[in-house]
Amino acid sequence: MTDVSLQGAAQAGHPAAAASACNVDLPVTRERGQRQVFCGLAGIVWLHRKMQDAFFLVVGSRTCAHLLQSAAGVMVFAEPRFATAILQDRDLAGLADCNEELDRVVTELLARRPDIGTLFLVASCPSEVIKLDLDTAAERLAASQQGRVQILAYSGSGLDTTFTQGEDTCLTALVPRMPELPAAERSLLVLGTLPDIVEDQFARLFAEIGIAPVHFLPPRKAAELPPVGPGTLLLAAQPFVGETAAALAKRGATLIEAPYPFGIEGSRAWFAAAAAAWGLPAERVEAAIAAPVARAERGLANYREQLAGKRISFLPDSQLEIPLGRFLSRECGMQLTEVGVPYLDRRMMAAELELLPAGLRLTEGQDLERQLDRLRQDRPDLTVCGLGLANPLEAEGLTTKWSIELVFSPVHGFDQAADLAELFARPLNRRQRLAF
Amino acid sequence: MRDVHCVLHAPQGDTYADLLFTMIARSAKRPPVTYTTFQARDLGGDTAELVRKTLQDTVQRFKPRALLVGEACTAELIQDQPGAMAEGMGFDIPVVPLELPAFTRKENWGASETFFSLVRALLRGHKPAERPAMTGRRPRANLLGPTMLGFRCRDDVTEVTRLLASVGVDVNVVAPAGAAPEDLLRLPEADFNVCLYPEVAYSTCAWLERMFQQPTVKTVPIGVGASRDFLLEVGQVAGIDPAPAIAAAQTRLPWYSRSVDSTYLTGKRVFIFGDATHVIAAARVATEELGFEVVGLGSYSREFARELRAAAEGYGVEALITDDYLQVEARVLELAPELVLGTQMERHIAKRAGIPCAVISAPVHVQDFPARYAPQMGFEGANVIFDTWVHPLMMGLEEHLITMFREDIEFNDEAAPSHLGPAARQGGAQTRAEPAADDDAEGAGADDAIIWDSDAEKELRKIPFFVRGKARRNTERFARERGVATITVETLYDAKAHFGR
Ligand code: SF4
Repeated sequence: MTDVSLQGAAQAGHPAAAASACNVDLPVTRERGQRQVFCGLAGIVWLHRKMQDAFFLVVGSRTCAHLLQSAAGVMVFAEPRFATAILQDRDLAGLADCNEELDRVVTELLARRPDIGTLFLVASCPSEVIKLDLDTAAERLAASQQGRVQILAYSGSGLDTTFTQGEDTCLTALVPRMPELPAAERSLLVLGTLPDIVEDQFARLFAEIGIAPVHFLPPRKAAELPPVGPGTLLLAAQPFVGETAAALAKRGATLIEAPYPFGIEGSRAWFAAAAAAWGLPAERVEAAIAAPVARAERGLANYREQLAGKRISFLPDSQLEIPLGRFLSRECGMQLTEVGVPYLDRRMMAAELELLPAGLRLTEGQDLERQLDRLRQDRPDLTVCGLGLANPLEAEGLTTKWSIELVFSPVHGFDQAADLAELFARPLNRRQRLAF
Repeated sequence: MRDVHCVLHAPQGDTYADLLFTMIARSAKRPPVTYTTFQARDLGGDTAELVRKTLQDTVQRFKPRALLVGEACTAELIQDQPGAMAEGMGFDIPVVPLELPAFTRKENWGASETFFSLVRALLRGHKPAERPAMTGRRPRANLLGPTMLGFRCRDDVTEVTRLLASVGVDVNVVAPAGAAPEDLLRLPEADFNVCLYPEVAYSTCAWLERMFQQPTVKTVPIGVGASRDFLLEVGQVAGIDPAPAIAAAQTRLPWYSRSVDSTYLTGKRVFIFGDATHVIAAARVATEELGFEVVGLGSYSREFARELRAAAEGYGVEALITDDYLQVEARVLELAPELVLGTQMERHIAKRAGIPCAVISAPVHVQDFPARYAPQMGFEGANVIFDTWVHPLMMGLEEHLITMFREDIEFNDEAAPSHLGPAARQGGAQTRAEPAADDDAEGAGADDAIIWDSDAEKELRKIPFFVRGKARRNTERFARERGVATITVETLYDAKAHFGR
């Protein structure tokens, strides 16, 4: 787990992590107890949309199958490229049988779906508890497919991963397969799933600034992995990909420290950090982003009016709480009542922590009932939470914004800044419109 | 249920189960479940201590009047035995450990077993109640089986209560949905039990029959015929003549079904899949009350395989008993029915295959909790069924028009019923995923002066199909107002920013 250690291990071995940059003054309250959050399997929902040639096979229980279905049911309605191989009683009796059964399921699946280029075997809590080794299974199965299909394993289990962390474990599994960037070359690697439309906007801006080549991880096709090497400059677009960043650093990549590209301030700083690392003058960035920034300013103005002065609490959920809180407080004038994060990865959050208001109540982990007690006492104007809590809180008269939308909607960058603000303004707006 | 709390030994992701209640059934309250949410780091240490603390905190905070203790599949593997632990903790409320082998059994079985365990724990040792004779008072019945997440249970309970009232029977207790432990203690006061959903209530009804000599009414009143049979059975058990009530019953299904515009329904080939109760009932309604032909039926309820096979035999088909949706899909494709009656899963299958579909059974979806009154049971339920099953089908007149105007674009034989909108055309999902001309027709041609450059056109394609038309119109309006002749990607985003305000 990333949250086992705050200082030591998490930063060790990371070339770009500047410990001095951390906002050390910000006290963090750590809580343990019941959590109310998805496990990492939920990441499959957006990962399979992004990598169009990939199939995700969860090796787990009915609960896992159910989770995937309900998470997906809320988020997408497309032909699924994911499924669950359900462990049965007899599988639990012996690992040998279990492996045999898995081989059968995978072989059948691959025969039925020739469109699958990459297959992810996804570990779950039960498969981990019975110590089913999916890495070895992946190697065995890939060999039996004679290289026709790339087969990889990672864990999305609730024992190891919280919600968006499932993307981190998935991408980490891709790192060893990435080709080597030729020694004399350099490239910019943008890390973390972005909707295609945002990825394209970013690619255009990088081109205009003069940074090339730019690659994205995950790529649109899992079979076409970008290269990595000592010439790679790594720019994270999502805050929950710390392990992947560390794995890429081991292959020579250098992490560019920057806030995340939410809002005008975050996006500008993000592009500026990339340009500076690439050795380009700041004017290049300003010239390229001038028009989008102006548009975003116009778009944001209206929502700033609606959001300014409103109090907001984030319940720990997606790991986006800190960058979004920063955006809402600094660009929309909202007051942060409490910001909760499932785990605090200081290495990935260093630049963001700098920008948080002093005296902020920042909590890490969760003890659900106590957190709800605090929330009822605070009664913020808006609460950001998972779907399991949203309706009951609304019924108590609290206005909520459910967090999943923040993970899969296009919300990064300049041209989405207003959309992002709108997501928070909408529940308030709705409250105001309704007569009851 | 009320005043009952469940402690579930489970990893964090399993808390998604709350979502079924709060998002699918739109429950205004969190379900009374506390999870231990253990993680990898706990496994090395003392998960048992975590269970103990969770139990303690839960009882203290929620003060339930009965405590259920269970474990999810993963927890089952680590064998902390939370049930036994809870029993040993000296709580002064009934503690019911649940033995639910999650790797072999499924939801309905779990619900049935949980309900049964709770009823047994609460009523064990109670003497068979001395019920006063039924003469000179209204008979009382328990409605057993409805659950919060069951298919239309909310409205079925209301409708069946009305149905019973029509023959002078009062409802004593409805359980498990909404019942508190005190209510369960009153179960023996009823004269008989109505087993509304056998999947959930069958074992409990059988036990109550043994312990308290309460007869069970077994007919599930779905459809006009079954509702009448139900009243006849109630009449027999309660010693009442149901004939006047049956004669007075109001239902439009029989007449609508005889009405000439329904002629086109004759012999429509239908495939039915879901839980055993709803499938068996639906097959009867489909054949006897709508004049369809059942070409296949099946269920995931293995516990009721015998009943399903018997029913299937009556229609000359073979029952498909499976929980593998791929098998169901294969069967649907093979049979190519004209209508699928199924769960949300079959709805997806049917959509992919371009076959009309109506949902008749759990597992449920937020759409299965309509705002309006929409029972499946009783005479009003029959009206609802008529509408829901007939609506997805091509209307008779429309079918004729299509034959007549086969060559016209609007009426080609790929066209789906007009009232279902463009997304429902044959081929469903696949057609939609392609850059179909779904929204473009209205934009193209209208503006002779304005050109989209190819990058902008590509960018537009990335916008979801259901808002693409609007984006195109807005951008063109924006361009026209500013005298822009060629729309570029920049124009597109300028327009987006302009209209987004
Ligand atoms: S928490 Fe574990 S058991 Fe539950 S759905 Fe996630 S992986 Fe499966």
